[in-house]
Amino acid sequence: MGPVIEGIILGVLTGGVYALMSSGLTLLFGVMDIINIGQGILVILGAYLSYVLEQHLHIDLFPGLLITMPVMFFLGWLISFVFRPIKRDRMMLSVLVTFGIALIIEGVLNLIFTANIVSLQAWYITASIPLPGFSPPFYLPYIYVFGFALAVVLLAGLYILVYRTDFGRSLRASMQNRTAAELVGIDVEGISSITFGIGVALAAAGGMAFGATNGFDANSAYDLISRLLAIIVFGGMGSLSGALIASVSMLVIEDVVAQIWDPHWATLVFFVLLVIILVLRPQGLLGKVEGRKQ
Amino acid sequence: MRIFKVVALLALLAFAIAFPLLFPNGEVTSIAFFTLLFAAMVTAWNVLAGYAGYLSLGHIVFFGIGAYALALICKHWNVPAGYGIFLLVPVSGLIAALIAIPTGWVALRVRRHTFIVITIALFFIGQLLAENMTSVTNGTTGLDLPFPGSWGGQFFNIPFYYAILILLLIAIAVSWWVRHSKYGLGLLAIRDDEDRALGLGVKTEISKLSAFVIAALIIGMAGAIWAYFIGAVYPASAFDPTFDITMALMGFLGGIGTIAGPILGALLLEPFHQYLAADYPDLYLVLYGALLVLVLLLLPRGILPTLQDYWRKYQAQRQRIRIDNDVVISSLPEQDEPAKIKTEGINL
Repeated sequence: MGPVIEGIILGVLTGGVYALMSSGLTLLFGVMDIINIGQGILVILGAYLSYVLEQHLHIDLFPGLLITMPVMFFLGWLISFVFRPIKRDRMMLSVLVTFGIALIIEGVLNLIFTANIVSLQAWYITASIPLPGFSPPFYLPYIYVFGFALAVVLLAGLYILVYRTDFGRSLRASMQNRTAAELVGIDVEGISSITFGIGVALAAAGGMAFGATNGFDANSAYDLISRLLAIIVFGGMGSLSGALIASVSMLVIEDVVAQIWDPHWATLVFFVLLVIILVLRPQGLLGKVEGRKQ
Repeated sequence: MRIFKVVALLALLAFAIAFPLLFPNGEVTSIAFFTLLFAAMVTAWNVLAGYAGYLSLGHIVFFGIGAYALALICKHWNVPAGYGIFLLVPVSGLIAALIAIPTGWVALRVRRHTFIVITIALFFIGQLLAENMTSVTNGTTGLDLPFPGSWGGQFFNIPFYYAILILLLIAIAVSWWVRHSKYGLGLLAIRDDEDRALGLGVKTEISKLSAFVIAALIIGMAGAIWAYFIGAVYPASAFDPTFDITMALMGFLGGIGTIAGPILGALLLEPFHQYLAADYPDLYLVLYGALLVLVLLLLPRGILPTLQDYWRKYQAQRQRIRIDNDVVISSLPEQDEPAKIKTEGINL
């Protein structure tokens, strides 16, 4: 049983971090009807920003987020303006446009940091706590706990923002029916831009936690975005709670499979599960059934 | 005018056939090979994405399968290097098509955005399988293909060039046939309104799946020719995410859903891509990405449909037929109304 429990613990803790990254993606899809393929590279960009702050200014990773998150918010807000002129076929075009943006960011990152794999440094990344009750002792690095705590705090903040504020009410209205929201006087474009910013800022926080637990370079974005897309489809596109559940279940499945079978096959098991879920339930776990267009 | 069109097309074909003789330089023929490779793949992809409206970002998986199939056949049967290997290309394509049947069946259960995401997931499943099934694919070490050593120097590219040219012609013929058949009309109906098409008696399930498989077959054959040209297959090169997106980008640039649009997109983009990758290796990603965003924002519908619109407006003005602007925009790019307006010359 030991390895299974280890897998579950690790999966839940890292699942929180993935929830941070995927919540922005699913929100954006809900509000703007776009699939942001660039989310993966934005996560990596966030990790690199934390890396720069830590290496050159010696700012610790968590306080550093106070700088990186606003910067990334602004970047996301700026990027959202690219989509304003696109009125028709937004969803199809957004895939390609965001991929173009991702290529630009990837190119810039490759220019500045080259393709060497880097990882973040801090005392809590190397130090670990032994968990009681495991016969081969199981050491859990502090960063997993801290990263999970960060995710819980930020997601709680997101929850309050979306469900308890006027902004959140406008946001949900825009998600439910864009035209109707515009008709009652909601500035849907403005809301969309801010949502884009929030999504990217959350990705930056997720990127810090990702960079602290994995070595990364600009190329890691491809692996990340495939997981994030799988997560939001699994949870149901546009559903925030679906994204949370899917993130945790994906990482738990992966980590358990990695512990008891083989790390190489862990991701594949999740993808196969995704396919089975979609055959049985095409709209994902908590997604709404898509009605007819028109 | 029809004669003019046929002559122009024949002249283009003659130019394509004579191209390696006119420009025998190895670098030039290599760029030409890649351009035609993409033209063939985008044309095939367009049958599914353009006609049926299912934007697949995972079809490069069948490119990889075709490449691996050829490598495995050559390895297990000890096929000697030479022209004979080209005969195995259709076999590799068929293997890819066979695998496409169950995958397409699963993927086509969902629509629109979920389909896009599913095909992306499909792509990563393919890559992971190629990496992890080490007993078959040899993992990240990859597989080597026979090397035709007797085709030395500048001649080396030429057999590959003609092989891919033939594949391109097949792809165009298929695309043309689909566009002008009742089957293709069904696909267009699916693109416009799938539920209504089903209600009107279009066999949507089998139509979508067959479009998926046709695209996989031709892309699989392209993968096999590519593998023989490169000489080795690796998971990262045979399942390359940029290939996937490039295909979609070329389609969008030229005009998705038209016959000539994807070819035009490939002809414009691939030489530029190769030039950037060779001469500006550092800035290449940034420039390419910026170009991609610019093109999509300025020409969201593609070059050909935009030009067709201008041409139609011009014609309409000349014939003093008032066409309501909205009607032109809402009418689909390929559904030209031959009875009302003549779209001569430009409609390849």
